[in-house]
Amino acid sequence: MNDQVIKPTEKPQQIAEHIVEIVSDSGEGAQKCGQTFAGICGKMGNGIWTVEIIPAEIQPPARTPAGGSGNRIRMGSKIMTNMGDEADLVVGFNEQVLYARIANGAYKEGTIVLLENKWASDPQENIREEYASAVAEFRKNGLIVHELPLEEECLKIVSNARKGKNMFVLGMLCRIYNRNAELGLNEIHNTFKHKGDKIVKPNQDLFNAGYQFAKENLEYFYNIPAYEGAEDVLKNVIITNGNTSLGLGVMAAGMEMISMYPITPATSASHYVADVFHNVGGFVHQAEDEIAAIGFAIGASYAGKTACTITSGPGMALKTEMIGLAVMAEIPLVIVDVQRGGPSTGLPTKVEQSDLLASLYGEPGDAPKIVLAAATIPECFEFVIMARKLAEEFRTPVILLTDANLATGVQPWIRPEIQEEWFSAPVDQSPWNKDIPAYDWDEKTGLSQRPIPGQPDGMYVLTGLSHTERSKVSYNSETNQITSEHRSRKIAALQSTLKPPIVHGVDSQEDEGDLLVVAWGSTIGAIEEAIDVLREQGNKIASLHLRFMSPLEPGLPEIFSRYKKVMTIEINYSDDLNAPMITSENRRYAQLANVLRAQFAIDIDCWSVVYGHPLQPGMLIEELTKRLDAVNVN
Amino acid sequence: MFGIKADWSLEVFERYFTLDDYSAGGDVRWCSGCGDFSILNTVHRVLRDAQVPPEKSVAVSGIGCSSRMPHYMGTYGFHGLHGRALPIASGIKSRRPDLDVWVATGDGDCFSIGAGPWLHALHQNMDMVVLVFDNGIYGLTKKQTSPTTQQGTKTNTHPRGSILPPLNPLTITLGITNVSFVAQVVDWNPPLLYETIKAAHEHRGLSFVRVLQRCPVFSQEFTKPMQENPDKFVLLEHSEGINIDDNVKRLFSNVVEHDPSDWLGAMKYAKDEENMPLGILFKDPDAIVYEDHSSVGLGMTNEEKVAGLNAAFDKFSI
Repeated sequence: MNDQVIKPTEKPQQIAEHIVEIVSDSGEGAQKCGQTFAGICGKMGNGIWTVEIIPAEIQPPARTPAGGSGNRIRMGSKIMTNMGDEADLVVGFNEQVLYARIANGAYKEGTIVLLENKWASDPQENIREEYASAVAEFRKNGLIVHELPLEEECLKIVSNARKGKNMFVLGMLCRIYNRNAELGLNEIHNTFKHKGDKIVKPNQDLFNAGYQFAKENLEYFYNIPAYEGAEDVLKNVIITNGNTSLGLGVMAAGMEMISMYPITPATSASHYVADVFHNVGGFVHQAEDEIAAIGFAIGASYAGKTACTITSGPGMALKTEMIGLAVMAEIPLVIVDVQRGGPSTGLPTKVEQSDLLASLYGEPGDAPKIVLAAATIPECFEFVIMARKLAEEFRTPVILLTDANLATGVQPWIRPEIQEEWFSAPVDQSPWNKDIPAYDWDEKTGLSQRPIPGQPDGMYVLTGLSHTERSKVSYNSETNQITSEHRSRKIAALQSTLKPPIVHGVDSQEDEGDLLVVAWGSTIGAIEEAIDVLREQGNKIASLHLRFMSPLEPGLPEIFSRYKKVMTIEINYSDDLNAPMITSENRRYAQLANVLRAQFAIDIDCWSVVYGHPLQPGMLIEELTKRLDAVNVN
Repeated sequence: MFGIKADWSLEVFERYFTLDDYSAGGDVRWCSGCGDFSILNTVHRVLRDAQVPPEKSVAVSGIGCSSRMPHYMGTYGFHGLHGRALPIASGIKSRRPDLDVWVATGDGDCFSIGAGPWLHALHQNMDMVVLVFDNGIYGLTKKQTSPTTQQGTKTNTHPRGSILPPLNPLTITLGITNVSFVAQVVDWNPPLLYETIKAAHEHRGLSFVRVLQRCPVFSQEFTKPMQENPDKFVLLEHSEGINIDDNVKRLFSNVVEHDPSDWLGAMKYAKDEENMPLGILFKDPDAIVYEDHSSVGLGMTNEEKVAGLNAAFDKFSI
């Protein structure tokens, strides 16, 4: 130990919530440590939200800001819905990986940094210098840095500290947050039991050593009580990230085919399903490319049960022609887009909500379709089931938008009770009524039933060309006009079945106020937390979170009319009116704002950023306070 | 004979399919003299002779003259996107191994815009017949160079003659791991065409058949020398190959014995562009058929699914 020996504390300090980060070089196990710690906190009745800190490369250079890999865990005595603001406590395996987090605004004055100190005595002079100057800089910026001999302590137990330091840190964290050590030891046992006692034992020893080390050397000792009712919830809770939720949703929807091509951050959903799909009679097809992936899914859908393809922005770009075909030929299909930063390859591992307009309007030609946006991790599950049903009912592709924040965020949620009605019906092979054409469009709704290959007397040739109700190619101008109307009307027919959205934060749904925030997708937690804080301060503000992007949920103009100002908050690009060159004539709006302005001819403002990280309540409170002031001044 | 069993007892079948059952009826709109008619009629005959129920058969195509074929079939059909017939056909087959899948594609649709799917469909080797209507030109878009256009042919995109020697689809196809059936035939020899497509249909796996096809409007020079001089061909004969009638054989001066399991021999004939092979170049009945894997769990009951799903959820319980 060095000069900052800290006195151990006997009694834990009660706190309502904390945000912890564990950051290492890639491959040092900080992610595993974070996930396990979050699981333990969840089991002890804390609300948790975790965010993965992921480098874009598999083996980025060691000791670089870009290489930081790890986990952020927000835990507290309430249900957590977002990543929160700056971290309270950070464990760094080296000082360089913390730079990127600092640049992201992840830390504040007073954030506790528990830092590996072996770099202070590294044989290489430049490393020693880098370390010393970083520590000095961190302290200058108000971080409370404790240089700890993590490696040295681990080497007392194992010969290679690179493997196992994470379990030492897990032990430390369990002591700092007064966690039940038994839970930690069990987790280690479950993780490594397939490798035998030879591996379980040293990892458990490391855990115990970390626990003991923190007890003897660190003053930090906290207790975060379980939230009210946690005990009951825990009886029936599961912990997943959003991509796993998607995978569970695909299986629960009775879909039997995911056809995909690897793309970050969507792929882990398919990884999960590939592991277990056979248990529910399904198959993950890895296609040769994104276009073939959706083509294969379309073929499977056309010939039987509705299939699913899961991708991200660049994959969506490649799939557009096929999506147009599915719209034109009315093929039910579920397309999941786990959005990342764009355009082009953009920011593969970072969050953005930039595919809304592409989903709505991406295809050349008029291609109306259903577009949904999941806002929470449980919704990633529920919306897949809904998407499959809508796809079949409305004979159309359905795009389900999620994002990197949902994909990798981990949260406990109530385990759903499985219902057989979620499953798709068996493939109909009974004779088709010859008198009914393949597209027997209902005049009013545009809806029709589809024959499936194998059904006698249902034979038709599906085509992406303009076609008649018997699916005969038609270049007749009348046909194209009428069939375009039918396809569009289906979307209106769906809207007629929807209810107006619930306004958040208000005492009654007739509430009036100064500012209404409209948003969609994974930002719900941060936005609603900010709204709650602002309302407690007496502000007349509320928020509205949309799940249906096409069609839009009904009743929006009426809701908007009750607020002096309406704005969207989104994670996509928009021009700031104060920026150089930008005027009200050329300002480009955030994507939902664009849609709402066009649809309702209302002057809807927006605030959006593309920093690549999830929105935080603190930054929203700051921005919305300014907006509220402006409303009240005008 | 159909309906008569080996013990000579007569089993009464409710349905017997005639050629008309495989035809959509109505006009077939290819140019007069087009080789596609001959391919279409042959497919109808093969289906009729195999008595495949029309509702169990699906004709899939991309875009181009060839790809109009599904519209002239009385079966189910899927007229898809340019170059993308194969992924769609594979998707159809993936969970419906009971369907009889046919793919109609062309030299542009398959070898150019569809080159990626072509290679991977061969690799996957799903049970389907893939007929490439190869006329060495883009027809529907009006005379552009295709990958198999002969060097020097004047086209609308290469008015001073196409620059590159033509791609050899046979060597490429043979080079793909897990390929299981490769044949070449001409549209203007109906008995040979019938026997080749019939063998392709009977083979379990992806049967790749390149049909050298006449386009009287845009690429007469592609097939004319072949039609006029059968000596340009070498006819492959074998007990494991196609059944060649003596009358057909008489047309060819070059007839050789070639065992379709001989891959190196197949490659040698495929490479020979002076003496183009006709018949089955390669056949491997033991190649992996992808739908044997992709159709896992078909027919699982809801109870089994609920159990599987509950087990999945159990893993995330705390």
